[in-house]
Formats: sequence, structure tokens, C-alpha cells
Amino acid sequence: MFDVLQYSFIQNAFIASFFVAIIAAIVGYFLLIRGLTFAGHALSHIGFAGAAGAVLLGVDPVVGLLVFTIIAGIGIGMLGRVLKERDVTIGIFLTLALALGILFLFLYKGYAEQAYSILFGTILGISALNVIITALFSIVTFGILLFLFRPLLFSSFDPEVAEARGVPIKVLSVLFLVLVAITVSMSVQVVGVLLIFTLLVGPAATSMRLVKNPYLAIGVAIILGILYSWVGIFIAAQTNLPVSFFIATLSFGTYLFVRLVEPSVYRIQKYNA
Amino acid sequence: MLELFNHQFIQYAFIAGTLISIICAIVGYFVVLRSQAFAAESLSCVGFTGATGAAVFGLSSLVGTFFFTISVALGFGVFGKRIRDRDIEVGMVLSFALGLGVLFLKLYTSNATEAVGILFGSILSVTTNDLYLSLFTEAVAFIVLVIIFRPLLFASIDPEVAEARGVPITLLGIIFMVLVGITIAEAILVVGVLLVFALLIAPAATAQHMSNRPVTGIIISVVLGLLFTWGGMLLGLFFHVPVSFFIASLAALAYLVTVPLHHFITPHFYNPQPHQDNEI
Repeated sequence: MFDVLQYSFIQNAFIASFFVAIIAAIVGYFLLIRGLTFAGHALSHIGFAGAAGAVLLGVDPVVGLLVFTIIAGIGIGMLGRVLKERDVTIGIFLTLALALGILFLFLYKGYAEQAYSILFGTILGISALNVIITALFSIVTFGILLFLFRPLLFSSFDPEVAEARGVPIKVLSVLFLVLVAITVSMSVQVVGVLLIFTLLVGPAATSMRLVKNPYLAIGVAIILGILYSWVGIFIAAQTNLPVSFFIATLSFGTYLFVRLVEPSVYRIQKYNA
Repeated sequence: MLELFNHQFIQYAFIAGTLISIICAIVGYFVVLRSQAFAAESLSCVGFTGATGAAVFGLSSLVGTFFFTISVALGFGVFGKRIRDRDIEVGMVLSFALGLGVLFLKLYTSNATEAVGILFGSILSVTTNDLYLSLFTEAVAFIVLVIIFRPLLFASIDPEVAEARGVPITLLGIIFMVLVGITIAEAILVVGVLLVFALLIAPAATAQHMSNRPVTGIIISVVLGLLFTWGGMLLGLFFHVPVSFFIASLAALAYLVTVPLHHFITPHFYNPQPHQDNEI
């Protein structure tokens, strides 16, 4: 049963998803408290066009993902929330990005397989080079997050007081969206464009319902993220079914369970206090 | 160029595309009016699960899509406004629906082409059965829409007054959501799960920037929808590139050109000023 762990491609998958799960959990926590979950969704769709364009040019898809999501992230950060009719406008931009992606992939031969793997992830096919790229970008992102941690937390919870205290809110929010862009690009390799929520939002949303303290919540989210991806990869290797399905199911199932049980836990805590 | 139309599959594609873009444009007008774009996107993602699930049981993917989108639409209609916000819960459910779709896909075939067909549409491979089924459901949807047209318009523009006048708002909401479910299942046939916005929302959103009158708006929306679909199909056939790419690009282009133009043309005094009493 544990023989699969000897294969190098499984080991690669475990290492890459370890790094991705950590940054996705931290960035996901901030996305939730800043009310920006939709930015994660939008960036991943724009990343699809980037990845497809990179495939067409014969470059590694990760490069295209990074370039497109970072540019889009800076754009979203600069625009802020002034857009009128956000639903429709964003929806139309995302549709255009997906359509461009499918055009790029069509121009490249064998497009169906490529499209499938970008949309639903191919963590089991990740190359050693991509593992190194993932690890490097994750460590850099983690470092910047550590550096920005306190002002970011302050400005997320109470932007007005933070601004009055001299925290550069605008710069922080643009910088944060760049970090989101990098995290999305890394996560797409594991779960794909369409299931980005399962690693980015799922662990943080679950942990925030369990604990209130920010540090604890982030810690729990990281543990959950690593668990989802490792257990998902392990089951997938045993059953030969897609990894992203298992990660999605674990993420959704845990969230649903906590969501349904939480009110009663809360009631007990209240009662004891 | 014209001899292309001798092929049966192209005739089918044009018939299906024409009818579907008409119903999409009309239903889409109300979706934009009621700001239910996000609910529409959710329904199309669920359609992916339906289409792939149907294949596992050996059914036509259109049947599966219908079943899933209509039942989820009923749920949306019954639970009402809670679905409006793009909150975390809806996002989680959608990811799970897509994940389930991946599993179904893997269970019956490892062929990625099938997945791409569902996600990005395959109007050029519409079968006779699909054509008849979509014709039938569309006729039903159209008749229902004509019957509920006036109360639906009233309820969409001013729900409170409509309710006070005795219009059954909740019932109308449920019926309309089911219509959206049917429409989306058909739109998936043309442009696929991921590009439903191009046929459902874009024509209507563009039309609302061109005219404030509902009937004129709906007519513009239908004309735009037909232009996108026909233009997309002709360009796609001509350049041998996926049809849905051209439909989506035409739709996005029309919207992105119209919105700034509208703001440019509309005189400033036409914009409603904030009422003075509101400042206090």
C-alpha cells in the first residue's frame, strides 16, 4: 500500500503540494478577512489564458501563469473597488480570458490534453524543475508574508485605523495581490484553474470557523491544506482516479462538517463560559 | 464558402445556434435585470457535473445537464435571495461540483477531448436527438416566458410594489429560475460550461446600455445574440478555430465597446444627482 511512496513522481507531488498548501493557506486566510475571495477566482481564470499562451510559445506553463496573474493582480489592486456593475464586467473579462486560452491551445496541437491538465491540475505529472520553481517561489512568498504579516493583518481588520497610523494601505493591497497571483499560479499546478477554491479558500474558511485567534487559525489552515493535498495524492495513487477530485471532496467535506457542527460547539462553549 | 451549408452537421449547428441564442438573449435580459449573474454562473458549473454524470450512465449529456441544472435551479428558486452573494459557501459547492465532474469524466473515459467539448462547447457536433430535445424544451420555455412576461417584468423592476399589487413574486422567482436552468443547459451545447456568459449575459448587458425600454432592450439583445452566434460560427468555420472562441470574443468586444460609448453619449444632466435630504 505504501509502495507508491517510492516512485519519484509521487515524491515530487508530495514536496510540491507541501509548499503550495502552506502559502495557499496563509494567503487564503488574508483573502477571506479582506473579502477578496473573488480575486482568487478571477486570477485563476486569467491564469488559464497565460498558461495556454505559454504552451503555444513552447514555454513552461508556469511562466505564463505567473506573468498573466501578476499583471492582472496589479491591475485589480490599482482599480480597487470603484468598478460599477462588477459582476457583469468581471464575468465578461473572465469569459474573454477563457476564450483566449482555448484559442491558444487550439493553435497548439493536442490541445485537449493540455487544456484538461491546466483546468484540473496535473500534480502527479509535475517535473523536478517545476518542483524547484514551486519551492523557490513559495519560500519567497512565505518570506514576504512574514515580513508584511503585522501591517497586513492590521490593515485587513481595520483599514481606517491602520491608515491613520501611517500604514501604506494602497501599496500593501497591491503587494498582497501580487502574492495572491504567485500563490494562484503555484496552486493551479496542483488542483487546476477550476478547483482553486479547494486549496486557497477551503482550509482557511474551515479553520476560521474552528478558532478565532489569527495565528492559530493560519496554523490550522496550513495543517488542513497539507492534509488535504497529501491524503488526496495518496488515495489518488492507490485508486488511479484524479487527485483534484479527492482534494475537492476532502476540502468540501471538512468545511461542510465544520459548518454544520459549529453552531452546537459554539453553544457548548457559551454554556461553559 | 456557401457550399459548407450543404453539410447536415452545419445545418443542424445553425438551427440549434439560432434558436438557442434567441432564448438566451431573452432570459439573459431578465437575469441581468434581476442581477442574478452569479446564480447563472453557478448553474452552468453544475451543468458540467450533469453532463459528465450522464455519460457514466450512458445517457445523452444534454439530458444530464437538463436534470442537474433544473433541479439546482429549483433549489435556488426556493431558497431565494440567499444565493445572490458570491460568498464562500457557493464557491465551495461549485468547486465540489466541478471536482465531481472530473471524477465522472475519469470513470467513463480517460478522453480529455470529451471534457473540453463540455467545457468549451461543441456546436458543430450536435446530434439529431439533441436538436429535437432542445427544440422541444425551447418551445416550452418560450411559451412559459410569453405567459409570465408582464408580471415577471413588473416583479423584476419593482418587486415591492409588485408584491403589494398581488403579484406572486416567490412563485415567479421559482418559475424563472427553472427557465434559466433550461436555457443554460442549451447554452452549454453551443458555447460550453465556461463561456455561458457570452450568450446569456453579454447580449443583455450590452442591450441595457443601449436602451432603457424593456421591449426594445430585449429586441436589441436578441439581435446581438444572433450576430454573435452567426458571426462566431462563420468565422470559426472559415478559420478552422473553435466556434466558442469567436462567439465569446465578439460578445466581450461588443460589451467593452458599448459601455464607454454609452457613458460618452449620455449627457451629464441625465445622471440622477444624489438627493439633498440623503446627506443628513
